Amino acid sequence: MKRVTTGLCAAALTAMGAAGTAQADSDEPILITMNNWTSQNVLAYVTGDLLAKLGYEVEYVPSDTQLQFQAIADGDMHFQVEVWEGSMLNAFEKAKATGGLVDMGDHDAVTREDWWVPAYMVEKCPGLPDWKALDRCAELFATAETSPKGRFVGPPADWGKHYSERIESLGMNFEEVPVGQAATLWAELQAAYDREEGVVLFNWTPNFIEAKFDGVFVEFPEYEAACLSDPAWGINKEMLYDCGAPASGWLKKAAWAGVEEDFPKAWELFGKMNFTNAQIAAAAAMVDVEGISPEEAAQKWIGENEAVWSAWLPK
Amino acid sequence: MSVRSAGLEEGKPVPSPAVPIAVGVALLVVVLAIFNPAWSDRWPESWEIPLAAWTTSAFQWLANDLSFGLFTFRNLTRGIAWLLDRPFDLVEGVLFRGFRGLGLGPIPWLALSLALGIAGYRLGGTRLAMLAALGVAYLAIFGVWKDSMRTLSLVAVTVPLAALVGIGLGVLATRKARAEKILQFLFDIMQATPHLAYLGPVAAFFGFGSVPGMIATAIFAMPPMARCTILGIRTVPDSVLEAGVMAGCSPRQLLWRVQLPAAKRTLLVGVNQVIMQTLAMAVIASLIGASGLGHKLLFSLQQLQLGKAIESGVAIVIMAIVLDRLSQAWAKFTPNHLEEEKVWWQRHRALLSVIGTVIVVSLLSMALPFLAKLPKSLTITTAPFWDGGIRWMSKNLFDYLEFLRDDFTLHVLIPLRNFFLWLPWPALAGFVGILAWRIGGTKPMLISLGLLLFILVTGFWVPAMMTLYLTSLAAVICMGLGVPIGIWSARSPSASKVILTICDTLQTFPSFIYLIPVIMLFRVGDLASLVAIIGYAMVPAIRYTNLGLSRVPPSVVEAARASGTAKRQMLFKVKLPMAMPEIMLGLNQTIVLALSMTAITALIGSRDLGQQILKALPDLDTGRGLLAGLCIAAIGLIASQMIESWVKQRKKQLGLSG
Repeated sequence: MKRVTTGLCAAALTAMGAAGTAQADSDEPILITMNNWTSQNVLAYVTGDLLAKLGYEVEYVPSDTQLQFQAIADGDMHFQVEVWEGSMLNAFEKAKATGGLVDMGDHDAVTREDWWVPAYMVEKCPGLPDWKALDRCAELFATAETSPKGRFVGPPADWGKHYSERIESLGMNFEEVPVGQAATLWAELQAAYDREEGVVLFNWTPNFIEAKFDGVFVEFPEYEAACLSDPAWGINKEMLYDCGAPASGWLKKAAWAGVEEDFPKAWELFGKMNFTNAQIAAAAAMVDVEGISPEEAAQKWIGENEAVWSAWLPK
Repeated sequence: MSVRSAGLEEGKPVPSPAVPIAVGVALLVVVLAIFNPAWSDRWPESWEIPLAAWTTSAFQWLANDLSFGLFTFRNLTRGIAWLLDRPFDLVEGVLFRGFRGLGLGPIPWLALSLALGIAGYRLGGTRLAMLAALGVAYLAIFGVWKDSMRTLSLVAVTVPLAALVGIGLGVLATRKARAEKILQFLFDIMQATPHLAYLGPVAAFFGFGSVPGMIATAIFAMPPMARCTILGIRTVPDSVLEAGVMAGCSPRQLLWRVQLPAAKRTLLVGVNQVIMQTLAMAVIASLIGASGLGHKLLFSLQQLQLGKAIESGVAIVIMAIVLDRLSQAWAKFTPNHLEEEKVWWQRHRALLSVIGTVIVVSLLSMALPFLAKLPKSLTITTAPFWDGGIRWMSKNLFDYLEFLRDDFTLHVLIPLRNFFLWLPWPALAGFVGILAWRIGGTKPMLISLGLLLFILVTGFWVPAMMTLYLTSLAAVICMGLGVPIGIWSARSPSASKVILTICDTLQTFPSFIYLIPVIMLFRVGDLASLVAIIGYAMVPAIRYTNLGLSRVPPSVVEAARASGTAKRQMLFKVKLPMAMPEIMLGLNQTIVLALSMTAITALIGSRDLGQQILKALPDLDTGRGLLAGLCIAAIGLIASQMIESWVKQRKKQLGLSG
């Protein structure tokens, strides 16, 4: 049986207990945050299914990626399985500072967010993925509005990426055109990909995009912390941001502080859960490539990876 | 204007405002260009009032710190949310969750389909019955059942809530003149504010999830109900009231026993409006956590699964059509009073057969589970078709649109945008002030200038200019295309049928979906936003033109024909001038829709007020989002009050009644 949101009442709980699952330490439902990308959804359902094995009742709450942290700190939601360094750092830190939200540790999986080009552009512009080659080929990426400069389709302006500064700092012949939301990036990519046109845009990994489109991240001067704090660092001696993003950012879990007291077994599980890049990509691919629903993908993953998740369950 | 040649006016002709305005503004611009003081270029920051920051702090204080001693404001809002969650839980249980404790499953799809079919038959006959039953069956067969039922739960709780609040406020307005003034003013602002701007304040107080989504939807959908209530009570004939008073009704009895029942039809029109607004809000409410078709649609868009997004969109449209037709039929439905003499089961046979059907189908579905829930293998999907279609379009049409993307962008959009950004604020204020004064006199002038001042002091001038640039260009293009289409549809009944159906679909279809194909064809930028805005905002231009032309009194047309008017003259010298007031109301609606669409095209990427609203949401910057929304409303109100006073005068001159 699929379980999306479960309004289980006591009778059903006892029935589940009889079916051989552990007894929960609370009747209240655990609220799991649901975002709008595939891997997060599959992992959220995996978490929910594991909680059900512990006897908990689970509800899934759709939420915005930035607003969710305040909601978790307030106890309106209880657990987020994917916290991204690149795009969520600020909102996460802000909520953590209030004491309501707790950092539940890192996954083994690493994340990367940076400029990205489709594979066919590597043939059209020899030298890619090096950023200097990209700069030389700027005209391949130009549009009427940016010509003669190349156009970089950037992330929403509030994601705090400083790409315009990077362009200036590295003296690149490019102009950033920010989108309003991620879906716009993929629409641009799909349209350009179908016609094999020049496009360089913001992308990240792990992401469902990898399963659909072939391409590479542009290699900028390697990231060091000093690049963001010391102008003298790097190629441009007077400006910050003359480097790429970290090639391996963290991916964390976050929970409401009250979980420890209200749902102690769940708290233990949250602390131990740990996914790798390969597991996340495979989970997303079940949905984006095979076309099954996120709930079904979660069940399939649980069926195939008992050795992995059984180690996470509290004894 | 060749209006005067119609020779139909009774009052004084309106003096053409064009010349003095042009002279005045030209002078102002020349003076400013010569002296170019810094304050005219940009409104100085020191003259700004940090209203946005204040509002945000006020919301934070309310949400986190305000306490009434025994309980906090937060307890209060959460308490309200909890209370609203009760009926919601119940409806969700009936429609898609079931009651496991009682061993009851959710209502089988076939039972709901037949139940609405029976309701349709009772209210409007066979055709409506077929429409309702097949509409519901579609949702099951196309595999969107569960999400549709989530959305239907939202509708089922929101509509009564919004209707009750609306009726209450409407009744209040008919009792107290001052209350009416304040309420009408509030409703004007609310209806001119884009839906997106409602989300921030609601999220600040009520948090996330389906209940806050429902609250935002109810607030958005309520004003038409209140307006219909006011109208309904006002139009109860005096004779009916007299009869009530003579029969010795107390004021309370008069309201409940006479006024409200007599106004039933108008009230039901209001309910119909509320239903449509609720569905229009379905996608936007999912941004603060309402689940259902809207959430599914946004999720699919994020994954670039256009086909699935379109399927969800179509499901919303179908639900809207079924509920619209049913509620319209209900508004027109006259119960047969002869039936009251029959025994009760004869009077209630429709209700009884609904109950019977639900029980029978539920029992049957125990043996035949596909009656309750269609297995995936029996559902149909059209997603690959839509996906393929859109990608084919983007591949093959892209090259033909080169001239638009390049030439139009370079030679029209960019210069126009630069012009609006360059325009010193005193010049624009002068233009608007003089125009408002020429059209309506001192009062509209003062209101317009006050609204402009609001935009200036809140510090949203630059994004407001970006909004003005896109919406005014969109409005011009909408009228340029929409009026001829409206004329065409007024001439030929067969064309009119097709055109009006397309208009209906365009307006109910969630506008989010237009964004993706538009981006694929026009790339991220103002052109893509412009095209999406035009697609959404052109409908009223067509509709009101059609309406205005078909309302020209036949006697006038006859008189003109008798005096030997040629076909062409008939259109340009008689019909169009007579229809002009309606067409201008169409322009007004077009402007309002274009403004609210800019909040959605912000998702493409823009630098206007819409973007401010969109960005304020994740930052919990309630004040910024709300004020940016009010600035959009201010632009809309400047336009509508000028248009309305023009229309009023014009109608008087043409001898048309209000």
